[in-house]
Amino acid sequence: MPNLPLAKAINAGLRTAMERDPKVLLMGEDIGRLGGVFRVTEGLQKDFGEARVLDTPLAEAGIVGTAIGLALRGYRPVCEIQFNGFVYPAFNQIVTQLAKLRARSQGRLELPVVLRIPFGGGIGSVEHHSESPEALFAHVSGLRVVTPATSADAYWMIQQAIASPDPVVFFEPERRYWDKGQVETDATLADVAPLHRARVVRRGEHVTVAAYGPTVRLALEAAEAAAEDGTQLEVVDLRTISPLDVGTVAESVRRTGRLVVVHEAPTFGGVGGELAARITERCFYSLEAPVLRVGGFHLPYPAARVEEHYLPGVDRVLDAVDRSLAA
Amino acid sequence: MPGGDPEGMVQLLTPAGERVEHPDYDVALEPEELLGLYRDLVLVRRVDTEANALQRQGELGLWAGLLGQEAAQVGSGRALRPQDHAFPTYREHGVAWCRGVDPLGILEIFRGTSHGGWDPVAHRLHPYTLVIAAQLLPAVGCAMGVQRDGAVGTGDPGRDTAVIGYLGDGATSQGEASEALQWAAVFNAPVVIFCQNNQWAISEPVSVQARVPLHRRADGVGVPGVLVDGNDVLACLAVTRAALDRARSGGGPTFVEAYTYRMGAHTTSDDPTRYRSAAEVDVWRAKDPIDRFRRYLESEGLLDEDFTTALEAEAEQLAEHLRAGVRELPEPAPLAMFDHAYAEPHEQVEEEREEFAAYLASFDAAPSGGDPHQQPATVAGRTR
Ligand SMILES: Cc1ncc(C[n+]2csc(CCOP(=O)(O)OP(=O)(O)O)c2C)c(N)n1
Ligand SMILES: [Mg+2]
Repeated sequence: MPNLPLAKAINAGLRTAMERDPKVLLMGEDIGRLGGVFRVTEGLQKDFGEARVLDTPLAEAGIVGTAIGLALRGYRPVCEIQFNGFVYPAFNQIVTQLAKLRARSQGRLELPVVLRIPFGGGIGSVEHHSESPEALFAHVSGLRVVTPATSADAYWMIQQAIASPDPVVFFEPERRYWDKGQVETDATLADVAPLHRARVVRRGEHVTVAAYGPTVRLALEAAEAAAEDGTQLEVVDLRTISPLDVGTVAESVRRTGRLVVVHEAPTFGGVGGELAARITERCFYSLEAPVLRVGGFHLPYPAARVEEHYLPGVDRVLDAVDRSLAA
Repeated sequence: MPGGDPEGMVQLLTPAGERVEHPDYDVALEPEELLGLYRDLVLVRRVDTEANALQRQGELGLWAGLLGQEAAQVGSGRALRPQDHAFPTYREHGVAWCRGVDPLGILEIFRGTSHGGWDPVAHRLHPYTLVIAAQLLPAVGCAMGVQRDGAVGTGDPGRDTAVIGYLGDGATSQGEASEALQWAAVFNAPVVIFCQNNQWAISEPVSVQARVPLHRRADGVGVPGVLVDGNDVLACLAVTRAALDRARSGGGPTFVEAYTYRMGAHTTSDDPTRYRSAAEVDVWRAKDPIDRFRRYLESEGLLDEDFTTALEAEAEQLAEHLRAGVRELPEPAPLAMFDHAYAEPHEQVEEEREEFAAYLASFDAAPSGGDPHQQPATVAGRTR
């Protein structure tokens, strides 16, 4: 059972998927020779050739648009968008074509395309490298949206995403790329947790904290800190944003009576708001406090030297936990 | 192809520093103007050297270098008049220099204290655009505005205005780059699209982007394309001047491909040894834009010791200004990020600002006090 950084786990997952299915292609900027700016595709062009690992012209509309065409011919393209803020040239293809062709064709057209997008902040970078645009994609019917928080999930979820007959937007938490974790590579796709299930990653009785991607580790850190004060947080790793596994969260909230949702994206119009609404609808009589959200502000992502203030940290999570308990 | 000179490239100075004639392009410069260009080249290279060092010392998070591209940037930048507008990428430090921007303003971006430390209105230098090619349609739109203001073709050199939009070879692949050329052509906009073909887009050679020389891409939409030696400051000045003059006089857009080389890494995060050979870099080193210009000035007897000593001292002073200044760049106040998202108050933003201010203040009131992020402690200390 190898101990892999999250980036290497995705690499291993891509390799396994490519070995299993010759129709799997990788497309993106600098992904071949260089192996991607985060080295997620390192070595794959060398081993699978330039016809399967394509260094593309610098055009995201081109990447996604041609991936759609390739998918129509039976390929399973996995597109790398170099950074979150660079996906927008492709937005038209994603929203009007990729997401809607199945419905437009009454299910006759299948688009098994995966878009890999590094997201989230905390790496001290310049503009457009640290944003969390997942809500924009979750709002589009026809797309599935997932994000792994650990190496094991990264390894398996990328393979599940590739196997999915629907287009999947696969958000990779940038600042966790180097976090190591055990990966059980001997299991099969059928054995591991389904792609669209959330997971309780820490048990606790007082407050449920739901997080995904980069904020899962943060929620666990907050849980450690809270435990020192005798507060037990239950941490749910959502793993999937569209569809949202509301059931797993609801089950937890029925026990704790309290929910705090943590993400880096702005809370305004965000995934936390969606979850809050659905939990309120389902668990109104179990709730002891309003569902609280901790996230980014309704602002352009700020310069790196203030990002720690923009991003939710342990303190802001605990502050929300306190407010939830005080309600 | 890397290394060999492409056909039809406008050159006024050979790599050996020999002045050659071109049938269509020429510049006649006074000695002071020539020395001024040399000063620009030397100083912008010094900015680059210093910024790289500051990045290594941890004072900057990142740096996107201009080494090797000084002539393309200074030549085109010095062709601009005060009333012109420039729309840069993230690498146009030499153009920013020509627009009178203190390089510290650029360092703010790479230190992470702001997204841009100059006044784009005062300097007529748009903020750096990191999304490749995204600055070009705005540049064309700005030129359409110039046109509608009647600031084209009046014959008044203080009034006639042009716009220049920069991009890299890789960025030519973006759909928006093609749209910008197309719009410029259709509206006969007073704009120059200036492409620095530095042969690489991170790890991708220009052959990944195009199967024809880049300057020929403009022909298809009716914009004349000119290929210029990007390591020849005189040729870059001459070609850009002609293109800007054409734009200002109402003649319409021009696409310029400046054929140059990125001598350094894409940014300090990049390792070019993974994708290109040292031999290729050596070929280009022999065409260094500053060496060639210096040889020319020497052969003309224009570089005396007084000048070079004074320039060295000035470069040293500039370096010191950057070293000292970067450490003194004010850290952005946490609440300042709320200031400029909107011109007029936005209810949710204001609410978030107030909540965050109260949250920050709650730490000041706590027994331990201080910045919450400096200590691992939880908020428990203040609330329970
Ligand atoms: C739309 C978009 N996609 C991807 C990127 C990531 N990226 C930053 S610079 C770069 C290469 C650009 O190459 P080129 O246009 O030749 O300019 P150079 O960096 O060589 O000056 C890439 C792919 C980006 N900034 N914007
Ligand atoms: Mg380039």
